[in-house]
Amino acid sequence: MGRHVLLIEDEANITEAIRFLLTREGWTVDTHADGRDAIEVIRAAKPDLVILDVMLPGKSGMDILRELRDSDGLRDLPVLMLTARGQSRDREMAEKAGVNRFMTKPFSNAEVVTAVRDLYAQASRT
Amino acid sequence: MPRDTLTGSRIRERRAIKGLRQADLARQVGISPSYLNLIEHNRRRIGGKLLVDLAEVLGVEPSMLTEGAEAALIATLREAADEAGLATAETDRAEEFAGRFPGWAEVLSWSHRRIASLERTVETLSDRLTHDPRLAASLHEVLSTAAAIRSTASILAETGELEPEWRDRFHKNLNEDSARLADSSKALVNYLDDSATGEDHRGAPQEEVEAFMAANGHHFPALEAGTADPDAIVAAAPELTGRAARQVARAVLGQYLADAAAMPLEPFAGAVKVQGLDPLALAAAFDVDLPAVFRRIAALPEAALPGEVGLVICDASGSILFRKAITGFALPRFGEACPLWPLFTALSRPLVPIRRRVSQLGRAVAEFDCLAVAWPDGPPGFDRDPLYRSIMLILPLRHGEGTAAAAQPVGGTCRVCPRSGCDARREPSILSEGF
Repeated sequence: MGRHVLLIEDEANITEAIRFLLTREGWTVDTHADGRDAIEVIRAAKPDLVILDVMLPGKSGMDILRELRDSDGLRDLPVLMLTARGQSRDREMAEKAGVNRFMTKPFSNAEVVTAVRDLYAQASRT
Repeated sequence: MPRDTLTGSRIRERRAIKGLRQADLARQVGISPSYLNLIEHNRRRIGGKLLVDLAEVLGVEPSMLTEGAEAALIATLREAADEAGLATAETDRAEEFAGRFPGWAEVLSWSHRRIASLERTVETLSDRLTHDPRLAASLHEVLSTAAAIRSTASILAETGELEPEWRDRFHKNLNEDSARLADSSKALVNYLDDSATGEDHRGAPQEEVEAFMAANGHHFPALEAGTADPDAIVAAAPELTGRAARQVARAVLGQYLADAAAMPLEPFAGAVKVQGLDPLALAAAFDVDLPAVFRRIAALPEAALPGEVGLVICDASGSILFRKAITGFALPRFGEACPLWPLFTALSRPLVPIRRRVSQLGRAVAEFDCLAVAWPDGPPGFDRDPLYRSIMLILPLRHGEGTAAAAQPVGGTCRVCPRSGCDARREPSILSEGF
């Protein structure tokens, strides 16, 4: 089974672009656009890595991240967080909540692909 | 070092600023260079004619040499040192520093004042972002769309051979997003331009009406005196540019006129003066219902009120129909208000007056006395359900006023509300405190 990423993002065109990029890199990409049932979706999808938007309908990406870190079996799941707010305190909060990588919009495609690749490599080593 | 012992240091500094050699200055005031050297190293006290002569040659007032930099400069330096957490021993030498390096001291003082000024600007902008959901939403929309465009454009530009199906899809996305970005950027710029000129952005008819009401202080003497009718006032209002806005304004003024007829200004203002803002007593005194009293209170001239008064009216869907802003209570521009407001609680208990002490989180927590009631709007009918509206009067609470019960915390709108763990939250906040 190939590498599997779950992208949780409610901007359809951002989702499409990232899905295209990662698919070409050999990833299997699942997408989801709602924060409310994100944890259940993650649990069911069992991805190798999650790309998580902060502002999602229903539940904040930060809250989802915190729940992940409190959940058995999902605690160590690598999370790349995307946000339109890049203030240092937001980054600190994300790091405190247990994010693996924090990226602000607008990001470059290369940054996203590299971050995903690095996070996967790090997780594979541990 | 005490201030008056630094005269020599100041002389040396001023001489250096003027580019004079010690020997030249000594010669011009008729003393030996070695004596001037002792003076400049604060080893000889001077005064009288010699001080005046030195000051004259150096081009400063004698007091500048004896008293040094002004007290305000010293105070600013100490303040800067305190804020930087500088050691006490160094802080104690602020006078010496200012005396020996007046130019640098001025630079430091200016920088400190500039930082304070910029901090105030940042605070103001943060405050605006906190209380301005539209600005926050606009910025988020622009950034998200820019992210989609950047990513899509990069794929189109950097991917060598792109399948026609993907290429067409990305072209379509790019086209959509660029149109969205153009719209959201334009809306943001218009909004900022309007804000800069002190005008609100005019979008929905209610916003034009709100600007019109605010421009008139929510009070219309011509209607009170019967010298103009709603049509004439609306026709002459520059704020009302759209037909829909004029129609809404006519309805608002029609209601105003009816309220004024039921509660004429002079006796009503007199009753407020005697009884205070007691809506139940006022309703009884004028034989009107509570919503009418709330509206009338909000329409009184400032001089007839003990303080600021806010008013919000919504329909059963929760859409805000009318608002009169009050300092410290954030009211969202477009609906989506905090469901914890007593305004909405009243909708679940029509005709039951509700009074709640609430606090709203912002840069500072402000408390308000909110009085709300919902009522069926329009005539009753056997075969139709009543249409309810709700109205809330917002009065500021001064420290110590109100009941002993803790104030109920409420927000403005979820998107910019920092409260975490709120059961009423509809969507994530863009403020970090809410994460």
